[in-house]
Amino acid sequence: MIRLAWRQFRLQAAIAASLLALVAVVVILTGAHLAHLYDRTVAPCASRRDCSTAIASFLRSDQFLQAGLPPLLLVAPALMGVFWGAPLVAREIETGTFRLAWTQSVSRLRWLAVRLGLVGVVTMITAGLLSLMVSWWFSPIDRINLNRFSPGIFSERGITPIGYAAFAFALGVTIGVLIRRTVPAMALTIVGFVGTRLAVTYWIRPLLAAPLKLVTALTMPGTGSGAPPGSWVLSDQTLSASGRVIGENGGVGPNSAAGVVVSGSGAVSIPGVGSCPGVKLPTGQGPDLESPSVEHAFDACVRHHGLRELLTYQSASRFWPFQWYETAIFLALALILIGVCWWWLIGREQRMSSRSERVHTGVVFDESLAPAVGRLDNDPKQGAVAVGRRNALPAYGLARDHDPSWRRLRLDKPPVQRPS
Amino acid sequence: MTVAIRTKGLGKRYGQRWALSDCTIEVPAGHVVGLVGPNGAGKSTLLQLAVGLIAPSAGAIEVLGRRPAEDPAQLGRVGFVAQDTPAYAAFSIDDHLCLGAWLNPSWDRAVSEARIDRLGLDRRQRAGKLSGGQRAQLALTLALAKRPELLILDEPVASLDPLARREFLQGLMEIVSEGEVTIVLSSHLVTDLERVCDYLIVLAGSRVQVAGPIEDLLANHRRLSGPRRDPRSLPASQEVITMTHTERQSTLVVRTDEPVLDPVWTVEHLNLEDLVLAYMARAQGNETSAQRATGTAAVSP
Repeated sequence: MIRLAWRQFRLQAAIAASLLALVAVVVILTGAHLAHLYDRTVAPCASRRDCSTAIASFLRSDQFLQAGLPPLLLVAPALMGVFWGAPLVAREIETGTFRLAWTQSVSRLRWLAVRLGLVGVVTMITAGLLSLMVSWWFSPIDRINLNRFSPGIFSERGITPIGYAAFAFALGVTIGVLIRRTVPAMALTIVGFVGTRLAVTYWIRPLLAAPLKLVTALTMPGTGSGAPPGSWVLSDQTLSASGRVIGENGGVGPNSAAGVVVSGSGAVSIPGVGSCPGVKLPTGQGPDLESPSVEHAFDACVRHHGLRELLTYQSASRFWPFQWYETAIFLALALILIGVCWWWLIGREQRMSSRSERVHTGVVFDESLAPAVGRLDNDPKQGAVAVGRRNALPAYGLARDHDPSWRRLRLDKPPVQRPS
Repeated sequence: MTVAIRTKGLGKRYGQRWALSDCTIEVPAGHVVGLVGPNGAGKSTLLQLAVGLIAPSAGAIEVLGRRPAEDPAQLGRVGFVAQDTPAYAAFSIDDHLCLGAWLNPSWDRAVSEARIDRLGLDRRQRAGKLSGGQRAQLALTLALAKRPELLILDEPVASLDPLARREFLQGLMEIVSEGEVTIVLSSHLVTDLERVCDYLIVLAGSRVQVAGPIEDLLANHRRLSGPRRDPRSLPASQEVITMTHTERQSTLVVRTDEPVLDPVWTVEHLNLEDLVLAYMARAQGNETSAQRATGTAAVSP
C-alpha cells in the first residue's frame, strides 16, 4: 500500500523537494552573508557607540528577502492543504477510482492510514524544513527585533508552521471527504485555514498563559519600555496615585490623547489630573517637546502627581512555551479532523454493517433445517416464513402458493435463533 | 449447491430514498449469472453492497459465506469491475498492474501481463488516453489477476460501442471457459447477457422476479394465445406471469413444468428477452396495483 501511496504522491513530492532546494540555495548563500554582516557591524556597535546607525544600515540589507521569506512560510501550509489535502480523497471519489482502490485486498482503514500518513508526514517535514531555513536566515535580525511575539514573526519561526501544515492538510482532506468535490473543497480549505489562523492568533494566543503584570513609574510619552526587553506588551495602562486607570499607552484621558499642556505663561498641567506647581517652562520657547528641559519638566510633574504605568505582558522567555502550545493546538485540531475522516469513511459503515448483522441474527441460514422445510426466512413484513418444496412442508397453514413446486408458509412461531 | 451471494431483507437508503429495499436473493456459485432489471431496480446498489463499498441500511448480506469486505482476505476473494470502469488517469497500464500486485497477495503477474499483451495494448500508455473499451479491458484484467473466487461486474459494457462491447464479452467468455470463477454480471440489456450467462436473475422493484438456469427458464415458460377465457380456469400447475386480453382473444405468459395439453391454446416458446420483459411488466403491474403482495419469489436452493 505504501508503494501505491508513494506512486500517487511522487510528482507532488518532487515539486515540493525542488522548491525547497531552491529556497535552501538562496537562504544559505544570502544568510551566510547576513550573519557575517551582523558580526562585523551590529555585534561590536556598543563599543563603538553607533548602534542606532549600525542597526539601521544592517536592517536595510537584503530587504527583498526580508519581505519575501516570511510570506513564503505563511502560504506554504495553506498551499499544501489545498493541493495535497483537499484532492487526496475527493478526487478518488470524483473520478470513481475509490471503487478500484477499495476493492483490492487492502482494508479501507489501511488505505486511509497509509495515504494520510505518507502525505501528512511529508507535509509536516516540508513545513519544518522551510521554517528551519527561514528561522536561521532571520536569526541575526531577530536578535535586534525586540518583540518576537508579533504575528509576523511568531507564526513564521520555530515549530508553529509544522502545526499549521498538519492542520491545513487534515482540514483539506476532511473537507474533501465531506463534500466529495475537489475544487469546492480546495476553496473551502483556504477559507477554513485562514479563519482558524486568525482566530488563534488574535483570540487564543494571548490567553495561552496568564500574562505578567508590572507597575513602573510613568514615562512620557509612554512606550511600554518599562517592560523587560523582548516582552509582548498586551496592555499599558496609566494609573493615578489612588490606583485608578486614567488612560493608556502613556496617555491620560478617555482617548489617551492628552499629555502635558503648557500654558502661555509657562505653567505646566496635565488635563484630568491637575497642574504642576513649581514646574515652569521658559515662555517664548517653541513647542520642542523633545528638548531635555521639557522632558525633565514632565517627569517632575508626573512624580508630583504619583502617576504610574501598569504593564500587562508576556515575557520573552515564554517564546518557546508559546510555540509548543500553539503547535499542540493545531496538531490536536488536525487529529480531530482525521478522526472525522475516519468516522465518515470507515466508522459509519462499520457501525451500519454491525447493526445489519444484528438484524441478521434473527435470520436462519441454517442449512441443517433445509431438508425438512427448505428454508426459513424472517420477513420483516410477513413475519416468520418457511419456503420449501411442496411436500416437505408440514401443514403450518398455507400462506400462498407462488410457484408450482414451491410454497411459502407463514409460521406461527419465529424461526429458530442462530446461537450467537 | 453453494451460494455466492445471499441476502435477506437487504436495503440501502440514501437520505430518505431507498435505492434498494427488502431484497432477498440467492446467487448460486459456479454459474455465470446475469442480473437484469430496469434502470433504478437497485442492481448497482446490490453489487456495491456485495463488494462492501457501501454498507446495508437494513437486512443482511453474505458473500461466499462471509460479510462483504470483512477483512483483506475476503476482499481478495471477490473481484470487482465497477460501473464506467474507473482507472487512474495519470497511471500507465504498467502502473495499474503494479498497483494490483502491491495490493493483492494473490496477484498473478503472468496472467495480467499475458492478457494485456494479447489485447495488444501498449503497457506504457496512460489510462487517461485509453478508449472506453480498452479501459474496460484493463479493469477486467485487474479484477481477474487477483484470482478471485467471485467476479462481479457492474454494467461493464453499458458505455461501450457495439464493437468494444462484443470484444469485452468475448474476453469474459474466455474467462468463463478457463476457470471455476463464479461471475455475476449486471446489465439492463438482455442480449448482452444471453451470450455469456447460463443463469438469470430478474430484479425489479428491489425484488427477485424470477431466477434460474436460462435453459430451464426457456423450457418452462410458454406464450399461450387463444379465445378469451378466465385465467382462473387454468390448471394449477400453470402460473400466469402476464396476460393481455382483447375482446376475443387472450394472450398469456405462463410458467409450467408440464406440457400444455389444452388444444384451445396456440403454444409458443419465448425468447429470453420476452421472458424478462414479461416479468418486468408483471413487477410494474404489481407495484401499481396497490402491492398485491406477491411476495418475494422463492429461489430454488
